[in-house]
Amino acid sequence: MRMGRRIAATLKRTAIHALPTVLGIIVLDFLLLQLMPGDAADVIASESGVATAETMAALRQRFGLDQPVLTQLVNFLSHLAQFDLGFSPRYNMSVLDMIMTRLPGTVLLMVTALSLALVLGIVVGSVMAAWAGRWPDRALSVVVLLFYSMPGFWVGLMAIVLFSVKLGWLPSDGSMTVGASLTGWAFVADRAKHLILPALALASFFIAVYARLVRASMLEVQRQDFMRTAQAKGLHPFFIQLRHALRNALIPVTTVAGMHLGNLLGGAVVVETLFGWPGMGRLALEAVLARDFSVLLGVLLLSSLLVIIANVLIDLLHAWLDPRIGAA
Amino acid sequence: MSLLAVENLTVAFPGHVAVREVSFAIEPGETLALVGESGCGKSVTAFSMMRLLPPNARVVTGRILLDGADLMAASPAEMREVRGKKISLIQQEPMTSLNPVLSIGTQIGEVIRRHEKVSRRTARARCIELLDLVSIPDAHRRIDDYPHNLSGGMRQRVMIAMAVACGPKLLIADEPTTALDVTTQAQVLDLLDDLRRRLSMAVLLITHDLGVVAQWADRINVMYAGRIVEQAAIRPFFAQPMHPYSRGLLGARVDVDADEHYSASRLSEIPGSVGSAAGEAGCPFAPRCPMVETSCRVVPPSLLAFEAGRRVACPVSLQAVTLEAARHG
Repeated sequence: MRMGRRIAATLKRTAIHALPTVLGIIVLDFLLLQLMPGDAADVIASESGVATAETMAALRQRFGLDQPVLTQLVNFLSHLAQFDLGFSPRYNMSVLDMIMTRLPGTVLLMVTALSLALVLGIVVGSVMAAWAGRWPDRALSVVVLLFYSMPGFWVGLMAIVLFSVKLGWLPSDGSMTVGASLTGWAFVADRAKHLILPALALASFFIAVYARLVRASMLEVQRQDFMRTAQAKGLHPFFIQLRHALRNALIPVTTVAGMHLGNLLGGAVVVETLFGWPGMGRLALEAVLARDFSVLLGVLLLSSLLVIIANVLIDLLHAWLDPRIGAA
Repeated sequence: MSLLAVENLTVAFPGHVAVREVSFAIEPGETLALVGESGCGKSVTAFSMMRLLPPNARVVTGRILLDGADLMAASPAEMREVRGKKISLIQQEPMTSLNPVLSIGTQIGEVIRRHEKVSRRTARARCIELLDLVSIPDAHRRIDDYPHNLSGGMRQRVMIAMAVACGPKLLIADEPTTALDVTTQAQVLDLLDDLRRRLSMAVLLITHDLGVVAQWADRINVMYAGRIVEQAAIRPFFAQPMHPYSRGLLGARVDVDADEHYSASRLSEIPGSVGSAAGEAGCPFAPRCPMVETSCRVVPPSLLAFEAGRRVACPVSLQAVTLEAARHG
C-alpha cells in the first residue's frame, strides 16, 4: 500500500534524526546543570541542620559527586547505554522507577490537553470561518482572544474558584480520589473529573491558537479552485467543508501543533503544581529544588523522548493528511 | 427546444456589473464557443449557469432554463442534483482545480457515488473505465495517484473524466487548455470533441483563442465588456466577422471599400480603453471602435438579426454590410 510506504519512510527519517538529538540534549543538559550553584549534598546537609566537612565529603563520595565533571558524564552515559538512569540520592530510589510512577500522569495530561486543544480549536475555528464576520464569529473571537491572552495558570486558578470552590462540581487537587477504591466506570469517571480542570488550564492557550489558525486557513481554502470543483459535483456544502476544506486547512494546524508539544510540557510544570497533579513536571521542579541532578536528567531525557515520539505521531498525521509530504 | 437557454442574464459585483443582459441558447450535442478577452464576463456567465458565483456576486435579472425549468428558481438541493449530473464543469487551471490531498480515484468516485446509488467497488470500477475513456495509461494503477503525481495534461484529463462521469447533457469547459502547452491543448480538445460525440452532450467552450474556436466549435458567441456583441455559426463568422470587435479579435484589418459614409463620420478623438466603457452610455466598444457614430453613444445597441442564426449588436456595421450586399447583388 502506498500509505504504508509513506508511513515507513516517515518513521525511518525520524528515527535517524532522533538518536543524535537525544544524545545532544543529554550532554547539553548535563553540562548546563553543572553551572547551578550547590549540589545534593548541600541540600541534604542544610535540611539535616548539622553537617561536618567530613560527612559532606562522605556524602559526595557516595553519590559520586567528587569525581571530575567529565568522568561523571561518562559514567552517566555508560549507565544510560544499559537503560539505567541512575539512583536518586535524595529519595533513595532508582530514578527510572520514580519517573515511571510519574510518567503516565504527565502523558495522560498532555494527551488530553492536546486533544482538547485540537478538537475544540478545530470546531471553534470552523464555526468562526463558516459564520465569518457575523455574530457567532464575533462572539467566539472575544472568547478566543481571552483564552489567548490569559496565562494558563490564571485560567486554572479561576476555574478552581468557579468549579471547585463556588459550584463544587469538580475536584481541585490530585489525579484521583484518595482512599476510594473504585472500579470500572466509577474509576474512569473519577479520573476524568480530576482531569478536566488541569487539562483545560493547560489547553486554554492552545485552543485559542488553533481556533485562530483554523479560521484563517479555512477562509483561505474557500478561495481555492478545487472548492468550486467540489461544488460543481453537486456535493453537500457540509460534506465539502468537512472533506475538501478542513483536510487542507488542518495541514498548517498539525505543523504548529508539532512545535507546541515542547511548550505544552513546559506548561505542564506550572499546571501540575497548581493542581497537585502527580506528573513529571512537578517531579522536575522538586528535583531542581533538591539539586537532585540524576532525577532531573532522567526527567529531561524522558521529556525529550516524549516530545520526539509525539513529533513522530504528528509527522505521521501530517503524512496522512498531505500526500505531497511523504513523497519528498 | 434548446437544451439550455440563458435569458437576459445580468450579474453584478459590488462596484461593477460583470454581465449585462446576456441571452443565448445551447442546442443538444453542439459545441458553442464563448469568446472574449479576460474580464469580459465569460467565466461569470458560465458560473452563473451552475449557480456557482462567488458570494459577493448577485444575479440582478435573468433566467437559466435547463430543459425548460428555471435554475434560478431551483432550491439549493435541486441545484445540487443538477450539478455534476446534468451540467458539469471543467476549470481553467488543472493544477489547482483538483484537491491536492485526495487521490484522483476518490475525487472521481465522489461524483459517481453522489449521483448514483452504487457500491464503493462499483464506483471504483467505473473510475477505472473513465480513466481509460480519457486515455490515461495504466488506469488501474493511476487511480490511487494524487494530483501532484500527474502532469498538467493528465490532470485536465482527470478533470474531464470527473466531469463526464455521470453523463451530463452539458459540459462547461472554462478555458480548458489555457494552462496547457500547445501539443497537449490539441489532445485535450480532441478528447473533449470525441467524448461530446460519444456521450452526445453539448459543450460550452469558453476561450479567448480563435484558433481553437475555428477548429472545434459549431457556433460562436463573442462577448465584450459583459455583453454578447455577435452570435454566428463558425463558417460565416470566419468568412465575414460583422462586429467591429470581432474583426479586431480576428486581427483582420477589414478592408471595407472606401466608403465616404464611414470616413466622414469617424470621430478623430476617441478617449478611453476597455475599462472606461463601463461608466458610459451607449455601445461599450464605442471608445475603441473605428466606425463609431454619434448614435452609438446614446444607447447600447441590442442584438439585431442579420440572417438565420446570426445576430450582431452593431447597427452601423449591419447597415454597411446590407448596403454592400445590395450593391453587389
